[in-house]
Amino acid sequence: MSEETARLERIGVSSGWRSKAPVGLLAAAMAVYPWVDARLGLQTLGAMLPICLFVVLALGLNIVVGYAGLLDLGYAAFFAIGAYTAAFLTSPISPLPFRTDFWSAMIIGFFVAMLFGVILGAPTLRLRGDYLAIVTLAFGEIVPRVFLNLERWTGGSRGMNPIGRPHLFGVQFGPSDRIAWYYLILIVGALSVWAISRLHDSRLGRAWMAVREDEVAAASMGIDLVKTRLLAFAMGASFSGFAGSMFASLFQFVDPSQFEFSISILVLCMVILGGMGNMYGVIVGGIILASFDRILADRLTNWIHGVGKAIDWPLLLSIDLTNARMFIFGLALVLLMLFRPEGMLPSRQRQVRRDREGGAVAARLPRPVPTEHEAATEG
Amino acid sequence: MALLEVDRIHAFYGHIHAVKGVSLQVDQGEIVTLIGSNGAGKSTTLKTISGIIRPRQGRVLLAGEEISRLPPHTIVARGVGQAPEGRRIFPRMTVLENLEMGAFHRADRGDITADLERVFTLFPRLRERRTQAGGTLSGGEQQMLAIGRALMARPRILLLDEPSMGLAPVLVEQIFAIIQDINRQGTTILIVEQNALMALSVTQRGYVLQTGEVVLEGSAANLRQNELVRKAYLGESS
Repeated sequence: MSEETARLERIGVSSGWRSKAPVGLLAAAMAVYPWVDARLGLQTLGAMLPICLFVVLALGLNIVVGYAGLLDLGYAAFFAIGAYTAAFLTSPISPLPFRTDFWSAMIIGFFVAMLFGVILGAPTLRLRGDYLAIVTLAFGEIVPRVFLNLERWTGGSRGMNPIGRPHLFGVQFGPSDRIAWYYLILIVGALSVWAISRLHDSRLGRAWMAVREDEVAAASMGIDLVKTRLLAFAMGASFSGFAGSMFASLFQFVDPSQFEFSISILVLCMVILGGMGNMYGVIVGGIILASFDRILADRLTNWIHGVGKAIDWPLLLSIDLTNARMFIFGLALVLLMLFRPEGMLPSRQRQVRRDREGGAVAARLPRPVPTEHEAATEG
Repeated sequence: MALLEVDRIHAFYGHIHAVKGVSLQVDQGEIVTLIGSNGAGKSTTLKTISGIIRPRQGRVLLAGEEISRLPPHTIVARGVGQAPEGRRIFPRMTVLENLEMGAFHRADRGDITADLERVFTLFPRLRERRTQAGGTLSGGEQQMLAIGRALMARPRILLLDEPSMGLAPVLVEQIFAIIQDINRQGTTILIVEQNALMALSVTQRGYVLQTGEVVLEGSAANLRQNELVRKAYLGESS
């Protein structure tokens, strides 16, 4: 009996990692990164800022895709809504008759994105898988277009600039105050991780998992399907909203081209690459993809060009990895699906172990429940 | 007053008029079956009770209160527990997590250990396999899990949709014996079943459904003797 109770408690706390050590290690590595960067002269801290914001985006999308199993192809729309909310509330060129400080704008951005999540979700979450993907795809296309065409208020393709900066205990958050920005984003990221892991382990988190696994069964457990999905959509959107407002303030500029379809896909790739449903997998996936996007593609290209010059091979000089980014992401996804479909760090529910007696072989379970026929021959 | 009363319901499955004015009652503490061949409207009747299908006409009452206009999750919360057709266990959750999901809507979450113990006593197989993923269980074990999970909600009435489906005869007997135990412990049960012989041997009363209508009703003993039932459902040739 006590064993059961202990197990119950464990389910409540652990989110699928055998130990918390790797998490602590990751946190420590992130915390000392500015120092490492300065010592080694890597000059990557500026790129690390958007990378960390993209990780927050991926964490938010993971709620929608990983936890609740809803395919959202227009996630960048909520990012845009958060960014433009910050711009409207803090930029001197905003058409609004009042201004707020950055912190209020960030919190309002959180709720505005959530509101749009509910507005989009309420009529569409009754739809099933493929239809939902199409609707979100359209939404992701419409939102930047609206900002583009509302030229009188948003400046259209000229964008909006400047945007309010955060102020905190006299610390400056100017364009060159990278260390201050880095720790600010890191703290916001850590708070997001904390909040999302609490959500995951909550009653709502279990409802998300049940709905993802089998909606008929979830309904017969007394779960309200529409409300549960809507909450996933709204929570996912809200994280994207405040990441958007920080993004706007960090770059001091928003324009519609920052929120194109490829951004939605990039964030989705981070979630899939890392392992849908496992928050730590998603963090790792996000860091890998975003740093390839922002740092490695560029550095590797320079390096290949250097080699090309040294050995006098013009073919190498013609290679440009920054243009091939999408190709490389696509290739990485195809390879991943072939060799490790559950992601680099799968969530516990996705790495199902077979009989303990049968050895510790991780079995890839097909998604549907065994059919009647299979069950009959087994039973 | 009956615990569950189905009052002349008409329900459609797509465009098909699958249930044509079915009425039935289940009293507190009873175990009742709804039998009939494939397509007779058994499952549609059950889905109408659980709120997945809305009746076009007629009402479903639970302890005198109408539940037929409520959404499915509210009906579960009112005390109508169910093991859905095809078992529908959560394949990637462990046996224990599946059982915990059964108690999802209950407010008294501190008290579920007692119910877990009850389910594990009824189904010792589930205790052995409690850390195993639901999807790796055999068909019979999955059926046990589906019933156990429904019991975790402490339902006032338990609806079972085709518990014998796809199972070997030995297992069917075993599962029906446990269903009878659950009833003896005080849970009211309504079973929909194609395996009429098995269902009538464990229940007190039965309704026979044919093309969406109740054609016969009575005590299980009488139905077992009935000419029509014997011919149509018990596989006897005259």
